[in-house]
Amino acid sequence: MAIEVRIPTILRTYTGGAKSVEASGGTLAALIDDLEARHPGIRERLLDGDDLRRFVNVYINDEDVRFIGSLEAELADGDQVVVLPAVAGG
Amino acid sequence: MRADRAGLPRLRGVLRIDRATYDAIVAHAKRDHPDEACGIVAGPEGSDTPTRMVEMINAAGSPTFYEFDSTELLDLYKQMWANDEEPVVIYHSHTATEAYPSRTDIQLASEPGAHYVLVSTREHGNNDGPVEFRSYRIVDDVVTEEEVAITESAETARSTT
Repeated sequence: MAIEVRIPTILRTYTGGAKSVEASGGTLAALIDDLEARHPGIRERLLDGDDLRRFVNVYINDEDVRFIGSLEAELADGDQVVVLPAVAGG
Repeated sequence: MRADRAGLPRLRGVLRIDRATYDAIVAHAKRDHPDEACGIVAGPEGSDTPTRMVEMINAAGSPTFYEFDSTELLDLYKQMWANDEEPVVIYHSHTATEAYPSRTDIQLASEPGAHYVLVSTREHGNNDGPVEFRSYRIVDDVVTEEEVAITESAETARSTT
């Protein structure tokens, strides 16, 4: 099952510079496991323990995953996932 | 940081920004005071030239924190990808402290290629009067201040780089 994942500039060190990569998984959690297998180290940048990091936004087909189940959000072949760090500060 | 012959610190990098964009960032910061204002100036990929300012809503609506709304953030990046643009400037204001990145600003900085602009409205708030307007690179938790060079137009900013 191929899902396109858009990788932000700051995480492209894990993808050999690639702006987008393919991965698979039936849920966001499974997709992140697969990403980690292909691009070791990336999971740590997305997750804090068992949760999405507070300042990392993930979108499935333009929907912020926080509104559709977070790591349990379901994925299907052909879905588009975008990872964007929050633009935030104090 | 090196010192030049006069003993003044010399800043290594430079942000070239046109007068109209500079003024618009300052106006946004004054308007939103005492809350923090935030936004970006996009520019053609690889040009290092800020050409298209986008004011963002501070979803935190706070005098001490700013955060782009997550849906607006995605819309903004999709526009930039479609236009072959990148965030050249990411700006926000400090409303009670100096125009220097806070610890949170440094921890959350996630665009190593961007100029992080800080504007402080602590002195004159919503009113006329000078503001501090400073620019930094923030890469791997290291802050490097750079010079701000104001040009008369975006065109001249481009031709001098």
